[in-house]
Amino acid sequence: MNTLFDKIWDSHVVSIVEDGPTQLYIDRLYCHEVTSPQAFDGMRARGLKCFRPEKIFCMPDHNTPTHDQDKPIEDPVSKKQVDALSKNAAEFGLNHFGMMNEKNGIIHVVGPERGLSLPGMTIVCGDSHTSTHGAVGAVAFGIGTSEVEMVMASQCILQQKPKSMRINVNGTLKKGVTAKDIALYLMSQLSTSGATGYFVEYSGSAVKDLTMEGRLTLCNLSIEMGARGGFIAPDEKTFEYLKGREYAPKGEAWDKAVAYWKTLKSGDDAVFDKELNFKAEDIEPMVTYGTNPGMGCGISQNIPSIDTVDEAGKESYLKSLNYMGFKPGEKLLGKKVDYVFLGACTNGRIEDFRAFADLVKKSGKKKAEGVTAWLVPGSWLVDKQIREEGLDKELEAAGFAIRQPGCSACLAMNDDKIPAGKLSVSTSNRNFEGRQGPGARTVLASPLTAAAAAVTGVITDPRTLL
Amino acid sequence: MKQKFDIITSTCVPLPLENVDTDQIIPARFLKATTREEKFFGDNLFRDWRYNSDGSLNKNFVLNDPTYSGEVLVAGKNFGSGSSREHAAWAIAGYGFRVVVSSFFADIHKNNELNNFVLPVVVSEGFLAELFDSIKKDPKMQVKVDLPNQTITNLATGKSEKFDINGYKKHCLMNGLDDIDYLLTVKDKTEKYEEKAVKY
Repeated sequence: MNTLFDKIWDSHVVSIVEDGPTQLYIDRLYCHEVTSPQAFDGMRARGLKCFRPEKIFCMPDHNTPTHDQDKPIEDPVSKKQVDALSKNAAEFGLNHFGMMNEKNGIIHVVGPERGLSLPGMTIVCGDSHTSTHGAVGAVAFGIGTSEVEMVMASQCILQQKPKSMRINVNGTLKKGVTAKDIALYLMSQLSTSGATGYFVEYSGSAVKDLTMEGRLTLCNLSIEMGARGGFIAPDEKTFEYLKGREYAPKGEAWDKAVAYWKTLKSGDDAVFDKELNFKAEDIEPMVTYGTNPGMGCGISQNIPSIDTVDEAGKESYLKSLNYMGFKPGEKLLGKKVDYVFLGACTNGRIEDFRAFADLVKKSGKKKAEGVTAWLVPGSWLVDKQIREEGLDKELEAAGFAIRQPGCSACLAMNDDKIPAGKLSVSTSNRNFEGRQGPGARTVLASPLTAAAAAVTGVITDPRTLL
Repeated sequence: MKQKFDIITSTCVPLPLENVDTDQIIPARFLKATTREEKFFGDNLFRDWRYNSDGSLNKNFVLNDPTYSGEVLVAGKNFGSGSSREHAAWAIAGYGFRVVVSSFFADIHKNNELNNFVLPVVVSEGFLAELFDSIKKDPKMQVKVDLPNQTITNLATGKSEKFDINGYKKHCLMNGLDDIDYLLTVKDKTEKYEEKAVKY
């Protein structure tokens, strides 16, 4: 009790259904083109208008090609879905940042960077990575399309209140270890279902020391431990990040908001349903070896042997390694890499591009022959920052090109698909079978580890190049 | 599909894999549909496990094995992890499953099943292991899923377990009602809430 999660959740309870869920008020609904069309259809079938259209923001990102966005989308099915969002947003009177709009990008990158996601809010989207917005101190979670329709129709959602968990990571991260590595480490310790049923508050000195971009990465991956969402209590870093952003409050409203946001923290007497502690020093750069994000290990470690897997899980474990073409007990270092993907709502922010460019520079190397590298900013704003800082020129000199913003190779819904059998080191969030394209093999890692793979052509410990 | 739910007695389709994620239930390339055609999604349920890369049927996959059929899918723990795509629930419903039995479900997918009148039944690991065993011994064995009494019975062994579901959702399933029907009746409460809430 008296956790920050309780405070935000409880302040949004409209009513509690008898012997049932809570009617929870939603401050912000984000819609992308994939999980919204059937919700709009449902609204039309019921003859409804959106209850609070001004609280709903729409933008295409999954189908967006990462090249030639000024031209019509070539894939007619993708085009139809992107066009449908534009038409639906116009019909229902919703905010819409279409392709080539300077505010467009991946919804989970755009929300925080435009100041649309604010501390204390409840935020939902038909997308499991909505947990990203928790980094600003909001209760943010992914929902299904029927639930999207609920929010459109009533600005509320019916949900059971999840249990609360606090994960403390204390200490100082070692050189070459990033927020992504913290998340992959937590998943490897908790498995992909270790936090199912919980809402996670991340705390501890290593979490507080993260930049806002790092916090967004950490919260983004909460769902990969099964958690409904994850968040970090807002602090000066949060306020500094949000101040002056387009949709953040201004002037007197800003001061009033900050005064309220400062109260948003778990009490000293807060009791969590579960509390876990980890040491930052135990974490090294992480890579995954299997087909779910919990199947990860330190880059210097070996893939666990089959004896470490319980009986009921052996069949799944072997199926997974068989798909990846890896053997239990072997090392990942030195494996040949075909593709490198920097981007996605996980690692498509300016700091990720800075980290990638920094390693490339320090290594003194150019892109390795035989590696196809896709560097995809999370939004046009990130693209602008990349160019202002001259990172594009630096990377181009080393043989890399910056593509246009979108979800890209994270989930194979646009042109950026990893071909069958090819191994990709990706900064995205999922290594499921076929996630990056049918038959594609994915190793999840940080931008630094991705950069190390890009310049060497094999899985390489980034610490050896920094 | 709003189909009223009561008691279902059926043979089972076993999928003893753990951590079956929604990308496997319905791969992303099938999410481009802009309508809710359950048949389309059902036809592509477990697409990349059901078909080989050349488009031929994968005879080793359980959905292609005529030995097994029924309205009940029995899966290993942590079913439906990953993406929030409701298309996964549409695919399961579209294929003709009305119940999914597992020892553990991912949260979002579980809600999505309920919102599509597919009943997720959480059983103990022991019950699940025995159920897989019973199906292996006799693919024609049946389970009885009794929503009014919240019980599932392995009719081969006679063993029964209680399962949880909140009273509201049970009422919805048994009467073919959904959450939007309910939410539209309480808009006055929402307006009252908005008057005193923090404004964003």
